[in-house]
Amino acid sequence: MIKLTNFAIAATETGRAAQYGEGNPFLEWAWLIVIVPFLAFLAIVFFGKRLPRRGGEIAVGAMAFVAVYAAVLFIMNVTGGVEFVGDPVEVGKIGTFAIEWGWVVDGLSSMMYLVVGLLAFLIFTYALGYMEGDVRVTWFFAAFTLFAGSMLLLVSAPNLIQLIVGWEGVGLSSYLLIGHYWEDKENSSAGMKAFYVNKVADIGLIIGAFVLAIPVGSFRISDILTAVVDNPEAIETVAMVGAVLLFIGAMGKSAQFPFHVWLPDAMAGPTPVSALMHAATMVTAGVYLVARMFPLYAEMAADARGLVITIGAITLIIAGLLAVVQDDIKKVLAYSTVSQLGYMVAALGAGAYTAGLFHLWTHAFFKGLLFLGAGSVIHSVHSNNMSDMGGLRKPMPVTFSTFVAGTLALAGIFPLAGFFSKDEVLAAFNHEGYTAVLVIGIIGAFITAFYMARTVFLTFYGTYKGHGHPHESPKVMTVPMMILAGLAVVGGWVNIPGLYTGFTEWVGTRAHPIAEHHAESFDWPVLAIGLTAALLGIVAGYLLYFKDKQTQLERDTFRIPLLWPLLEHKYYLDDLYLGGIVNPIKGPIARFVNWTNSYIFDGIVNGAGFLARAVAGVVYGVFDQRGIDLALNGLAFTTDGAGGKTRLLQTGKVQQYAGATVIGAALLVIGFVIFR
Amino acid sequence: MGWFDNGWGLSLIVFLPMVGALAVLFTPKANEAAIKALSLGFTVVTLGLATLMAFRFDFGASEVFQFGTSLTWIESINSGYHIGVDGISLPLLVLSAFVTVLAVIYSFNHWPEPHNPKGFMALTLVLATGMNGTFVALDLVLFFVFFELVLLPMYFMIGIWGDKAIMKIPGFNREVETRLYAAIKFFLFTLFGSAFMLLGFLALYFKSGEFVAERTFDIPLLIHLGSNGAFTGTFAFLVFGALFLGFAVKVPMWPFHTWLPDAHTAAPTVGSVLLAAILLKLGAYGFIRISLPILPDMAKDWAPAIAILAVIGIIYGSLACLAQTDMKRLIAFSSVGHMGFVMLGIASMTSVGINAAIIGMVAHGVITGLLFFVAGSMSHRYHTRDMGRLGGNMKVMPIMGGILGFTAMASLGLPGLAGFWGEFMALFGAYSPLAGLNTTLFRTAMVLGAIGTVLTAGYMLWMLQKVNLGEPSAEWEGQHFHDVDAYELTAWVPLVVAIVAIGVFPRLVLGATNDAVVSLVTKAFGG
Amino acid sequence: MLLNQFLILGALLFSLGIYGLLVRRNAVMVLLSIELMLNAVNVNLVAFEAFLQNANVGGQIFAIFVITVAAAEVGVGLAIILMIFRNRTSANIDELDLMKW
Repeated sequence: MIKLTNFAIAATETGRAAQYGEGNPFLEWAWLIVIVPFLAFLAIVFFGKRLPRRGGEIAVGAMAFVAVYAAVLFIMNVTGGVEFVGDPVEVGKIGTFAIEWGWVVDGLSSMMYLVVGLLAFLIFTYALGYMEGDVRVTWFFAAFTLFAGSMLLLVSAPNLIQLIVGWEGVGLSSYLLIGHYWEDKENSSAGMKAFYVNKVADIGLIIGAFVLAIPVGSFRISDILTAVVDNPEAIETVAMVGAVLLFIGAMGKSAQFPFHVWLPDAMAGPTPVSALMHAATMVTAGVYLVARMFPLYAEMAADARGLVITIGAITLIIAGLLAVVQDDIKKVLAYSTVSQLGYMVAALGAGAYTAGLFHLWTHAFFKGLLFLGAGSVIHSVHSNNMSDMGGLRKPMPVTFSTFVAGTLALAGIFPLAGFFSKDEVLAAFNHEGYTAVLVIGIIGAFITAFYMARTVFLTFYGTYKGHGHPHESPKVMTVPMMILAGLAVVGGWVNIPGLYTGFTEWVGTRAHPIAEHHAESFDWPVLAIGLTAALLGIVAGYLLYFKDKQTQLERDTFRIPLLWPLLEHKYYLDDLYLGGIVNPIKGPIARFVNWTNSYIFDGIVNGAGFLARAVAGVVYGVFDQRGIDLALNGLAFTTDGAGGKTRLLQTGKVQQYAGATVIGAALLVIGFVIFR
Repeated sequence: MGWFDNGWGLSLIVFLPMVGALAVLFTPKANEAAIKALSLGFTVVTLGLATLMAFRFDFGASEVFQFGTSLTWIESINSGYHIGVDGISLPLLVLSAFVTVLAVIYSFNHWPEPHNPKGFMALTLVLATGMNGTFVALDLVLFFVFFELVLLPMYFMIGIWGDKAIMKIPGFNREVETRLYAAIKFFLFTLFGSAFMLLGFLALYFKSGEFVAERTFDIPLLIHLGSNGAFTGTFAFLVFGALFLGFAVKVPMWPFHTWLPDAHTAAPTVGSVLLAAILLKLGAYGFIRISLPILPDMAKDWAPAIAILAVIGIIYGSLACLAQTDMKRLIAFSSVGHMGFVMLGIASMTSVGINAAIIGMVAHGVITGLLFFVAGSMSHRYHTRDMGRLGGNMKVMPIMGGILGFTAMASLGLPGLAGFWGEFMALFGAYSPLAGLNTTLFRTAMVLGAIGTVLTAGYMLWMLQKVNLGEPSAEWEGQHFHDVDAYELTAWVPLVVAIVAIGVFPRLVLGATNDAVVSLVTKAFGG
Repeated sequence: MLLNQFLILGALLFSLGIYGLLVRRNAVMVLLSIELMLNAVNVNLVAFEAFLQNANVGGQIFAIFVITVAAAEVGVGLAIILMIFRNRTSANIDELDLMKW
């Protein structure tokens, strides 16, 4: 564990001055890396259809630009170190909080620019061949460019708002791309699933951003980290809560347990999408976020790191097991990615910043390669299922050899890329004292090697069980694979303990230096055990799967009771989410709410309306018509009747009147006399 | 330009549409071209003036009422013709003028049945006067007049040009024509609220006599009194409650929202657009302009209640959306959710939250306005709004489907588009409400609101899946559907541009509002 | 002093007048009966004047007033009766009931 004091000391020791910074034109214009893909997106949407390759050339061109620019930045970083934060454009102010667009070029981001740019360039080139003749190839490239652009926006973010914008942009593009063949409801549902799961996790990210921004008074990452480093006690709780919340966001993007469910479904998209998503643009975002905020995790939130390493360890083992039972070649790779992300996250959780990023770096190459290889196979077999494959090493030699290179790299066989990175991760577990996690990591290494061997044997050995005649893919697809195969071989040589540890320096950030243990040499026991586990895995795979069998049922002979159904149902997590959360909300709860709206709230309103009308009826019919009116009419009728009677007195005969007058007068006189 | 700054410019913006309405009324019914030209001309000039005003607006002093004038109007009750705009009302005024032009353009090719351009345009123009007037009025009586003025044209729009289908009133064994039901419900419900609001205004008027020589309806003066603690105690509590009823019905806040889905569903497309884009804003604007600054202490007392209702609105509206089969009704319910975010922002009583409310209102105006445009055009083509029958719209009409998809994305609060800022900042405001408010309650509200964003994404994507994606149903096979026409594009593209522009460069709104809001909050709540 | 005798005369005259007023059918006779009643009053006025030895001779003056008014009244009454007779060729008071309801 790293203590605060260690960190502070390390900050001064490793704080190597950056040679390139302010005023360097390459850095001042580095925002082009972000802007160009977005402009390319617009260009493809509006003009792509008219171009000979339906917009693909714009996408590839834009990615070539990004790759070259990123390479320049990377070389600058390698040669002299880069530390640069561009002057942000303030696009709004809320209260005292500024909303800014800016860009950061430092070790971490330049590494990510390169990974994204290079992988995107190669995969886009590959996609030119793979997607040829697709119904919506223009839209595909547009969304693909948006995907890369959003990821670059995320990586370049100097503040959390921009990071969130890029973050959700990545989510959107993944939704668009996963659901690329939206004629099938299954595909669009897979896209939606990815979007929802990410959106749920994003709640954590957004609230985490609030938690950190309020006490610091700024969304700028540098301000937050400075506050964390300078005055740790003051915002200890805040940092802890913020770190956990941010990590929840990262769990969504990086498909960590229990948010990993979207990633295998995401295989519904075209294979280049899977390749880019798994290698560079989407799932690495969570790892990048944790790395970017690493001082927060390293110092302030040791408990938060406990959560990080636990989640990472759980993820790496459960996803690895799931990969073993898949028939769909892309799903094997998908679960493999989840598992490898578990390694990265667990490494970061253990405080091994470089090890985590190093694994991200090598993983990008070999996982990109493996997906391209899988795509090449699918392209020629027209099926995702390994039960339709077999014996493909003869008709597809390039695909086969590159795929094997990727497999060995992923399995961690010396001297390929995965060997060095995985060893560094395992060594970090050992050094930091996470023995349990180390054991899980080694078991994971065995499982990794096993399912990859299974995949290779089922796909390329035995007899072909599909339809038609498989053939090698065109050059436009194989060349990127070969380049990636080369990188998968040599990619790990940039960080060999005791020999050359350039990578450690490259990704270190100078503004907030990372304090961590750097091994002077290999951790030999761990190395030996890890390598043995991997070799054993391959051997086990050979024993079980080399012999050709016809059906899936025959092939998977090792059905462990209990575990097998669990794996087949993906730990019932999907059922839990669907049956426990999504369906109730979509079904009964939503219907209930709508019912209350129609019958209760509307009922009250309508009831009030009808009541008013009913009351009005009573008022009018009973009170008005039969009450007041009755009295008035009665009075009138009485008067009328009385008049009718009395008028008979008026006979018009004068002498009667006179008689009456006399009688009256006489009565008066008599009364006067009597009552005098 | 002295005349422009001295109230004439603002008065023109308010009353030009009314003049236009008169002009349209004196045009022969048969001469549709003239009616179109007149209504377009008057609204475009109004928009031009509003734009000019935005350019001449002194953003450095956005907390000051500008371009205003104060004339004697009804001397016997000391009510004046006092108008002016500040940073809070300017974006809404421009939005109102902007959307009106687009609504008029869209109408040219989409006259609702019964075909009567003259009446329809005249009502639209009267509506514009009411809306613009509400945003500039600085006198309670004037405000009330404009606030009520919008009811009448909207009532007739829904009642005459609305949906003629016969509906069954749920829970009662009665059947009624949808348009009549909706129109009457809209009118009476809103009037019910306004009656209380008027009571509140009168109470303020009579109470003000205790502090100034002459009783007054003048809003700035009342704000001055209010921020110095003039209105307190039970009196103020009741007054706030009365104003709350009036504004909450208009917003609409849960549980006063039920007029909204019916009105939106029944209204003709342009009516729905104007209703969603502008009319709903009048209520929230009233909160910011009148309730909060005049009765700051009571606003604090009421804030938790507002926050709770707002959050219920967010969750409730989103859940109700998931149960809808009618596309327009779904969009209408989404407004309940979105206005919930606006009210949550206001309830936080912070500059962040109130900024969120205003930018949220502007964003909701352009986004939901566009959604209703598209939904209207789609039901115009398919002759149904039932989402179960739609599907594969991306294949049938790719451009319209694309715009629908884009707008739905904006509506679910995708960062980089306009809708994001309102939601994000409202939650941010709720995370740290004004000192003295119950932080736990507001943070719970924030978390629920954040869950609401997921639900929002849920129903929006669900709607897209049902309407846009998949294969078109066999019902539409062999029928020709005309994709967007020129009028639709002319009306929609500006909205699309506005959505992106505000999303990428929120300063378009915040630049005007922030200083004004900060000053409002400082005056009312002392920081 | 002889008062009673005059009063008895007055009462008799008045009663004769009332009788005529109530029972005669001819309108002229009714008019004459009224004159009779007025003269009965005149007798009373003069008798009381003499009996009270009033220096102001108010009774006699009132009697003259009554005689004057009676003359005027009879003039108007006879004119009306004349007009009725001309129109209807009858002065029978029973037939003159146009004023009834």
